[in-house]
Formats: sequence, C-alpha cells, structure tokens
Amino acid sequence: MQNNSLTTEQIRALIAKGKLKDTIFKAMGVFCLALALLVIVLLVADMVIKGSERFTVDFFLNFASRRAAQAGILSAWVGSLLVMLVTAFAAVPIGVAAGVYLEEYAKRNWITEIIEINITNLAAVPSIVYGLLALGIFVYQFGFGQSILSAGLTLALLILPIVIVSTREAIRAIPAMIREGSMAVGATRWQTCRYHIIPYAMPGILTGVIIGLARAIGETAPIITIGALTFIAFLPPVPYTTGADGVTAGLFDWVMSPFTVMPIQIFNWTSRPDPAFEVNAAAAGFVLMAMVLSMNAVAIYLRYKMRKNIKW
Amino acid sequence: MFKKSKLVSALAVAGVTLMAAQAAQAQVIKIDGSSTVYPITEAVAEEFQKAKKNAIKVTVGISGTGGGFKKFCRDETDFSNASRPITKAEMELCKAAGVEYIEMPVAFDALTVVVNPKNSFLKEATVAELKALWEPSAQGKIMKWNQVNPAWPDAPVKLFGAGADSGTFEYFTEAIVGKAKSSRGDYTASEDDNVLVQGVSRDINAIGYFGYAYYAENKGKLKALPIVPPKGGAAVGPSEEAVIKGTYQPLSRPIFVYVKAKSLQKPEVKEFIEFYMKNAAVLTKEVKYVPLPAAAYTGNLEHVKKNKIGTVFGGHNEVGITIEELMKREAKM
Repeated sequence: MQNNSLTTEQIRALIAKGKLKDTIFKAMGVFCLALALLVIVLLVADMVIKGSERFTVDFFLNFASRRAAQAGILSAWVGSLLVMLVTAFAAVPIGVAAGVYLEEYAKRNWITEIIEINITNLAAVPSIVYGLLALGIFVYQFGFGQSILSAGLTLALLILPIVIVSTREAIRAIPAMIREGSMAVGATRWQTCRYHIIPYAMPGILTGVIIGLARAIGETAPIITIGALTFIAFLPPVPYTTGADGVTAGLFDWVMSPFTVMPIQIFNWTSRPDPAFEVNAAAAGFVLMAMVLSMNAVAIYLRYKMRKNIKW
Repeated sequence: MFKKSKLVSALAVAGVTLMAAQAAQAQVIKIDGSSTVYPITEAVAEEFQKAKKNAIKVTVGISGTGGGFKKFCRDETDFSNASRPITKAEMELCKAAGVEYIEMPVAFDALTVVVNPKNSFLKEATVAELKALWEPSAQGKIMKWNQVNPAWPDAPVKLFGAGADSGTFEYFTEAIVGKAKSSRGDYTASEDDNVLVQGVSRDINAIGYFGYAYYAENKGKLKALPIVPPKGGAAVGPSEEAVIKGTYQPLSRPIFVYVKAKSLQKPEVKEFIEFYMKNAAVLTKEVKYVPLPAAAYTGNLEHVKKNKIGTVFGGHNEVGITIEELMKREAKM
C-alpha cells in the first residue's frame, strides 16, 4: 500500500499528463470534424458561386432546353417530388408493418433470424441491383413501363430496409413496462401496438423514413436503369384537368407518366459539350442539396415536436 | 389518428396500382438512343412542342445507339437515334418482333482527333500513324511518341478515347484500325466526352478523339489534328466545309434517326417528322453538326410518304462515306 501511495506532486503530474492526452484527443476530434465540415462548405460554396446566375424564378419554372440560359429544372424537381411521394406511400406502410411484426409478433425462431439477417443485408445491396430487379419486375412483368410508379416503387424497395430497421429500433427503445402495463389492464396485442407502441415509436420511425427518402432522392443508377428520360418538356397530368392535348386526366394518370428526376438532369448537364451548362448543373446540384437538407431538417423538427408530446 | 391515415395510404397504394394498369395513356412520341444524335433531336423536340403549344408530347432519352435499338426493336419507342446504321443483329431483332422502320440520315458528324494546344510537334497525322497508336497490338508497347514517328519527341503518350459501348468508339476503330471495336485497352476511356476534353486540355502529351461538337464548344482548350486522307493529298482539319466537300476522311460519318413504320399511322408522328426535316438544317448547325443538303431532308420525307422500309447499309457500318454518296444511295432506294 505504502509503495503505491503517491505524493501530491506525482498525482498532479499524472492528472496533468492525462489532461494533456485529453486535450490532444479533443483537438484531433475537432480537427477531423472541421475537415469534414470544410469539405461540405467548400462543395456548397462552389455550387452556389458557380450557379449563382441561375438562381432565378425562371430556373424553377422552365423546362430543359438546348440553350443553357433558358434551361430550367421544372420537370426534374416535379418528377423528383412525385417519385418521392410514391416511394413514401409504398415504403412507409409496408416498412412500418414489417418492423412492428418483427418486434411485437414474430416468434424467436430460425425463420425470423433469417429474415432479420436478410433485411440487414438488403440495406447493403448496391442500388443498381434494385434498378435491374425493378426493370424486370415493374417495367416489364407488371407492365408499369418507364413511369413514375416504377421509379417510386423501385426506390421504395431501396429504402424499405432503412424504414424497417429504424422502426424496430424505435420500438425497442420503448420501455417494456409500457407494453406490460397496457396488457395488464387487458389490452390485446393489437390495441397495445395501436395505442402505445406505434405512437411512441413515431418520432424514430419518421426520422428513419425521412432519412431513407433523403437517400432515395439523390439516387441516379436505379432510375437510369428503369429508363428515366433526359428530355421531357411537360409535366405529369394534374388529376381531373384537361391538358393541351385535349385528354382529361384521371385521378392516378400521373403515376404512369414519363418523367425525369434531379440527379439525371444534373448528370445530363455535366456531360454536354457547351460549358455553359456547367452553371446549370451547379445550380441544380445546390437545389438538390437544399431539398435533402430541408428533408433532414423536417425530420429533426418532427422528432422534437413528437417527443415533446409523449408523456409517460 | 395516425393509424387511420396509414390505412388510407395503404389503400391508396393498392388503388394506384390497380388504376394505373388500366389508365388510358395520353399520346406521347417516344424517342431514345444515341447520345451523339441527342442534341439534334432534343432541339427539334423543344421547338416542336413550342410550335404545337404543348398539344403533342415528345420525350427524348439517352441509352446509346445499341440500347436505343434494343428498345426500338422491342416496340417501345417511336424513333431511335443512331450514330451508325442499324446492324445485322439489330435488323434481325426488329424483324423477329415485327418492327419495320424507315431510315433517315439527319446530319454529318466529324469525329475529331484532338491534342493539347501547347503540343507543337503534331501538325497533322496520317491514318497509319493513328492506327499505330490505337491498334490492339500497341497495348503496352507503344508508350512514347517517337515509337510511332521518329520525328516526334521521346515523351510518353497519353491516350483518351470513347468508351466501348458508344457508336463513336465503333466508328473510330473501324475507320482507323480497320475493324470495329478493335482497340488497345490501356487508355483513359469515358462515355462522358467532357472527361476526355478535360483530360486532353490538361496534358501536353495527350491525344484523344470525340464528336466535333465537343471540340467546337471547347476550341480554346484543344487543338484539332488535320488528318491526311487515306487516298493521299494534303491533311484536312475537321470543319463543316471539309465534311460537305467530302475531304475530311475517313472520320466523317452520317448520323441517323429511325422511325417505326407502324408509328407513322399516328398523325402526330407524321407531323413531327415533317417538322424535323423542315428545321433540321438550321437546328443541326446550331448544335454544331453538319447539316445535309436540303434534298436529303426532302428525300427522307419522300421515303416516309412512300413507306420505304429498310436500310441502305445492309447491316454494315461503312467508313468514309461522303454526303454525296449517301444521297445517291438514298435516292436509289
């Protein structure tokens, strides 16, 4: 004991040494963080500076054109939004239901194990593979063609693992006593899910869904595979309106419309001979980035708002 | 609250799927294919829709000449853009699916061989010299300029060229090496020509090739190499004049649009062709291609009217065809 006892000086030196290590590690951490942030800031700044002359209302309201100054992203951003809408409508119910089933209903056996492993694996499958699958199934087998519906369902498959995993994690974070309490007063499993589990898991689920959608909106490969178009100077028909071609659209006609999306428009502009299109590409890149960031912001806000409403 | 809306959304998805399958499609003219022909067709589509006040819808995609024909022969598109004539295999594919087509040459392109503007030793090149650089046996062996021509310096050669899926690659290898798709593999290949433009403009020892439009838009960064024609004579650089005269050899090539014969029953498709042929000369020039003589465009319309199905190339790509020869051949059809 005596051998181990240190003088006050020695203890101070030891603490100082530890603190120094602490400081060095902290500095390293801050440096790495700053590096990552710097790259993003530079990237955004570069796009803003390059694309600044295109940030006009016309840029958002014009169709693509062979003249860089007149070319806009109307068909691209509308296409991206509509595809996301279909993706959300398909992926959320299926993904949440699957997550709830796996957490609340499924028996712990080898089948469940296999399903779980496969869901995790699916999240790592390259997106182009989903594109090829969708080309075979949605485009040709189901005959959806090169439409918003095909694209939306393809991206829904792509983000399904993300939705399922985040649903499960959100459910797992709910204390067991909530479930037990509900069942103790005679609620069925379904009632427990409906009135407790799902509402409490909602913030986490929503975050997962929106992060999934934010990933999907930037996807190019699967959308190119199923055949999104490059030049398209009209919008999908608005339900129950009559277009310039004299055809009155039904409620769901828009899902079968040909389309383009933001990443494809950007890709097309960067590969054109006229360097003036690089300005358009930069501006469109910034818009896409803004779309992704605002989706993430919505996710954070919703999570905050909903968490506040949960009173256990 | 939330579960209700979820139920609704689940139902909506089911509804969408059901109704979509039966939804009546609005009339759309579908075009796909080569990225080389894309700028011309895009320009025509843009002007056509403006002129028609968007009453007729046109879509243009890029999936390469080969990819375009695959869709075309599967009866998915009305028009196919092609930077080379339809091949034997594709003709059979179309035949099997019962797709008949009319071939319409719409412009000429000058495949341009470019070097860095600071390159002072290259003033011109012969086909033999280019072949020595690009043929498959050069792979790993011809690495320095003086190995091709002793008058050139002892400096490394940096090669930039089209990716193996493009019609440009097929045409260049056929014209220079003598066999389509036969090329050395150790070069920077890209389907995106801007990558090649950047590459050549940054390296003094670089040489590359791509369509004329990419050179025309980047003249400050690149130097086009005049080519000595295989039949002899002075070297000729790529230009509209040289293509029209037929002296830029062997790298001038016609580019095409194929229309499905069945689609011609649709009045809007006919209207589109008429608009295309009437405005092709002006729009072709605007996007930096060489327009054909007016007679070629009226000839195309004539073929459409008389429903002259088929190709004048018999399933082969042909190197060094001049506008004049093409016109003669089209007229005989």
